[in-house]
Amino acid sequence: MIEIKNLHKSYQMGSNSLHVLKGIDFKVKEGELVSIMGSSGSGKSTLLNILGILDEGEEGTYHLDGTLIKNLNETIAAQYRNKFLGFIFQSFNLINYKSALDNVSLPLYYQGVNRKERVERSMHYLEKVGLADWSGHLPSELSGGQKQRVAIARALAADPKVLLADEPTGALDTKTSYEVMDLIQQINEEGKTILIVTHEPDIAKMTKRIVDLKDGLIINDTKIEPIKAKANV
Amino acid sequence: MFNIERWQEIFEAIGKNKLRTALTCISVMSGIFILIILLGIGEGMKNGIKKQFENDAASIVNVWSKSTSIEYKGLNPNRNISLTTDDYEFAKKRYGDHIETKSGFYRKWGGFATYKKESGSYTFIGVMPDMLSLENAKLNSGRFISERDLEKGAKVVCVGIRVAKDLFGDYTIAEGKFIDINKVQFKIIGVYSDAGGEREDANLFIPHNTMTKVYNDPGKIGSMKFTLTPESTFEATTQKANKFLKQYTSYLKKNHNIHPDDLKAVQTHSSLEGARKYIMINVIISLFFWGIGILTLIAGIVGVSNIMLIIVKERTKEIGIRKALGATPKSIVGMILHEAIFITTLSGFIGLFLSLILLEVIGKQIKNEYILNPSVDFNIAVIIVLLLIIAGALAGYIPARHASRIKPIIALRDE
Repeated sequence: MIEIKNLHKSYQMGSNSLHVLKGIDFKVKEGELVSIMGSSGSGKSTLLNILGILDEGEEGTYHLDGTLIKNLNETIAAQYRNKFLGFIFQSFNLINYKSALDNVSLPLYYQGVNRKERVERSMHYLEKVGLADWSGHLPSELSGGQKQRVAIARALAADPKVLLADEPTGALDTKTSYEVMDLIQQINEEGKTILIVTHEPDIAKMTKRIVDLKDGLIINDTKIEPIKAKANV
Repeated sequence: MFNIERWQEIFEAIGKNKLRTALTCISVMSGIFILIILLGIGEGMKNGIKKQFENDAASIVNVWSKSTSIEYKGLNPNRNISLTTDDYEFAKKRYGDHIETKSGFYRKWGGFATYKKESGSYTFIGVMPDMLSLENAKLNSGRFISERDLEKGAKVVCVGIRVAKDLFGDYTIAEGKFIDINKVQFKIIGVYSDAGGEREDANLFIPHNTMTKVYNDPGKIGSMKFTLTPESTFEATTQKANKFLKQYTSYLKKNHNIHPDDLKAVQTHSSLEGARKYIMINVIISLFFWGIGILTLIAGIVGVSNIMLIIVKERTKEIGIRKALGATPKSIVGMILHEAIFITTLSGFIGLFLSLILLEVIGKQIKNEYILNPSVDFNIAVIIVLLLIIAGALAGYIPARHASRIKPIIALRDE
């Protein structure tokens, strides 16, 4: 599903150049649940941005579902993001003047799906995350865990190939974190490929594979038996 | 992309920012309002000037004489010059093809007219038959002075409607009555009225020959009035009038032994020149008004642009989210542009509507010599509407481009 070969990325900071990714080789198969761990400055956010087609590497190749992602113009990048990827952010990034339902249906709007079908499909995903009764509420009327579940429903709405989650539990308390992780595990069990960036070991242990990143290189990549989040709720 | 989804997006965004949108609307509204009011006043002034020119046929040229100012051929300065009927006949003969209407004009102030116990002092003028059209006057009853009256030196008078009202109360009974003017009896043959107003309605017109006879001044003409046959363009007619006046003046100077450089002895006036000046002033005034109006509008539009930039800034994160979810740059540009055009057009229409109402209501109340019936015609309104839509697009373009360049990673970075 994801195939990265010898990926390099550096940022220009004034006269110095900061080499962030120093040759990453990385493969994710369909249906995997992978966590990327690392301290701040390890390059994990940069890697996620590149995986999310929000940024591009300078060297190396990136194939997403067999498509080479390189030198895309903004329009095509936007279309690929819409088609291939679902994003889940630490701070939820819901649009605050739109109801939960409208937030979920936004990716479908950009796919050109008509309103009726949009509402149907969005409701389906809201039900899936257990928030069907909250569809008309604004984000400000929801708790942190509920907001993140709306964001997950939104990420799922366009039926992407891969979900990318950037510290999805970073803004949540432990109990809510585990509820969100339970949801993520359920989605993964239905076959969705999911990548999670985190620095919390207990969250990482709930995934099927842990990739450790340090100073722009992968130092460890192990498959584990995931702990069921549900057991801890 | 004028689909219903886009409109819903816009109304949502506007609904969340009512105050900001209202302030933006006010700036555009006042811009349009001022533009329309200024254009309306400009149109009113144009109408006012037009009205002023209805006094007389607009293409009248006048020739009259005063005393000389330069010694010539042994003749002293300050010699009085009187134009004669011979001068008039010469003009008729020499320039006949180009002259449309013509009349001598022998005027005495203080024509004291009496009928029974009623009396009044009016301007007493000896004229020829063409004078009626030269004055741009129309007859209310009877007839004007004819060629026959002129030949016979008939003691007949055509009085202004005010004179008739003063002397008879009702102008319709004036025709056929005899009145005394400066103790000479005249028969009223007609009553006229002049679009020029009160003052022009208080004249006593008698045949020119009768006038010179009454004042024992035979052979004199007083002054002369002509209108020339119009050319295809206003400019050409003006030039023809100027040429005619120049040639005729130099003939008169030669005939009356006046120094060729003497500017005082023979004087001329072409109302065409005057009309041209007024038309020029009119054009300048309307350009000025357009200028001010459009600059005001631009200030409003810049306001919209400014506020849209702030909106984009405030919505950076939202735009970043939209881009991450698959919004193309085009759809972002479309969204911001659409909103800007919608705001400017809507508020522009409100301004247009209010100003048109004001012109309609207040315009009718204005009773002023210089401003008459201020209004804006339909074409101008259409042009302004188009202008507004273009302006809205311009106002939205820079912020929209700004928005489309927002990088999702930067927008989504947690603060």
